[in-house]
Amino acid sequence: MADAVKNQDYVDPRPPVVGPGLDFRSITQKIADIVLMRGFKKGWVFGFAIVFLGSIMLFNTIAYLVLKGVGIWGNNIPVGWAFDIINFVWWIGIGHAGTLISAILLLLRQSWRNSINRFAEAMTLFAVACAGMFPALHTGRPWVDYWLFPIPNTMQMWPNFRSPLMWDVFAVTTYFTVSLLFWFMGLIPDFASLRDTAKKKWQKILFGILAMGWRGDAKHWHRYETAYLLLAGLSTPLVLSVHSVVSFDFATGIVPGWHTTIFPPYFVAGAIYAGFAMVLTLAIPVRKYYHLEDFITLRHIRNCCKVMLATGLIVAYGYLMEQFFSWYSSSTYEMFMMKNRMFGPYGYMYWILILCNILIPQLLWWKKMRDNLAVIFIICMFINVGMWLERFVIIVMSLNRDFTPSAWYMYRPTIFDFTMFFGTVGFFLTCMFLFIRFVPMIPIFEMKTLLPEAQVDEKKVEDLENGKAPVGATPLPQFGD
Amino acid sequence: MTTQEEPGLYGMMAEFDDPNAVVAAARRTYEAGYRKINAYSPYPIEELSEAIGYRRNYVSLTVLLFGLVGGLGGFALQAWTSAIAYPLNVGGRPLISTPSFIPITFECVVLLAALSAFVGMLAMNRLPQPYHPVFNVPGFNRASQDRFFICVKADDPNFSATGTRAFLEGLGAKEVSDVEK
Repeated sequence: MADAVKNQDYVDPRPPVVGPGLDFRSITQKIADIVLMRGFKKGWVFGFAIVFLGSIMLFNTIAYLVLKGVGIWGNNIPVGWAFDIINFVWWIGIGHAGTLISAILLLLRQSWRNSINRFAEAMTLFAVACAGMFPALHTGRPWVDYWLFPIPNTMQMWPNFRSPLMWDVFAVTTYFTVSLLFWFMGLIPDFASLRDTAKKKWQKILFGILAMGWRGDAKHWHRYETAYLLLAGLSTPLVLSVHSVVSFDFATGIVPGWHTTIFPPYFVAGAIYAGFAMVLTLAIPVRKYYHLEDFITLRHIRNCCKVMLATGLIVAYGYLMEQFFSWYSSSTYEMFMMKNRMFGPYGYMYWILILCNILIPQLLWWKKMRDNLAVIFIICMFINVGMWLERFVIIVMSLNRDFTPSAWYMYRPTIFDFTMFFGTVGFFLTCMFLFIRFVPMIPIFEMKTLLPEAQVDEKKVEDLENGKAPVGATPLPQFGD
Repeated sequence: MTTQEEPGLYGMMAEFDDPNAVVAAARRTYEAGYRKINAYSPYPIEELSEAIGYRRNYVSLTVLLFGLVGGLGGFALQAWTSAIAYPLNVGGRPLISTPSFIPITFECVVLLAALSAFVGMLAMNRLPQPYHPVFNVPGFNRASQDRFFICVKADDPNFSATGTRAFLEGLGAKEVSDVEK
């Protein structure tokens, strides 16, 4: 096959990653129009109103929380961590797919990622913002959260850098900053496209400021590409480190069910699993609503399904190993923890988790299922729920019955745990709605590089140089050439 | 030809509508002895920057240096605060407990390297730049959409208003225009 590729006889049997009939101009127009259009679509306004209510619920909960204290949540000793850390890990995990798509798939030269990377990166940013709220508010005195950072102060105190919670602070803030840079950098050339296509003066000025004078200079592109690749190269170990550090919060403790070495890889795989499920949960409706089938093709969705299938199996392996470890450890407490997890008072959650995360996604083995958007959407919903349950199972069930039965305690969330959680969902979706409307959600310049006519053909260039071919417009190659 | 500069002229801009044509034209411009050439395209074309004689940049070096600074700085910060500024005995561990300083050291490497990649790229590109003469060229707004441009700058020793125009027209440009300063 390698020879065939070299001789250009090889025809890629897979469906194309860009729809037919698109050219440089129509790509720019189709994507820019969503941003530059006048007024709002009715569906957008309706959806935005609903999710904005969710944001308001979040803000009210936070206000009440700061006023009264974390006592309004259901967690209490020994379950000192509950919804706050569950939601934190869940949101961070969702963010990971964005970085995986934008950075790791870029390094692996998976060019199909080009149409969904901007979208996934935005998802990362908003998910990490939601995640960060929980630990910041769980401190109980959010106005002194700056103590977490090594800032010289009059108390002459410094953070304890040996604590995994400090590692978390550094990992998550670095992750947010780097994701923001990566996202904004990808947007610069697209802001330039918007500046140049906008009709209204204020749009020209606004996008002109954001584009910072980008003019597509070849030397600029050269540095840009280097910087972009380096950012991708830096994000790749970063994203793996972030969820590893999150898992250290547990793994460095001695609580049964937490103290295992499998946590970092198992958490990272789970994060990617959850993140891809969230990408599809958002992309499937958006693609339909904005008619983006030419950009986010069935091939993208199928690829995402395959990634979910693979990472889902790693997660399943993690569950299996947890069982094995507790048996092999011969530790009374570990074995009791596993029994409690499966058959204890919260046991039903474990079995729902197995159903959501392991059994139902196996449907994706069938090609028919991978082509059915409704089925995929429902499976993704199950995975979203399942990954949340996984964190509940790990966190609450290990804490509520640990070493001494006299300290056992049944954890029950309060109404504020739920308003806070669903509030962040509303806040996340509010940000996504604003992003979709006001920022090009598909990278314009990266989509252009996928077009067949964008490729520089050495032979044609040489013919042109030697004057063998007529200069000027060369006929556009047809799709599938 | 003299090095005398045309007053008020930044350069001469040729417009193309095909990536192959612009790469061929850029190579011929370079072969013709012009050195102060800029090329513009709506998406990155590796061959184009090579064609105008631009092969290496210093972004990677900057990122490496700042990554090292981040790593050393991050570790030094932790060691200094934990051992000198605020010594704290945590479970009998040494004051400079290297293994538990590694995660934050790593995060500092990534943070500084990433910031330097972004800021360094912009600084070396001299961005943000609110005004640039090439925006005066009619139709240049298509450089971010579907057109490709080559600009020979007026401070090139081989530049002459008439000669360069004739040369660029000979390359098969769709349009050749003066770039006002």
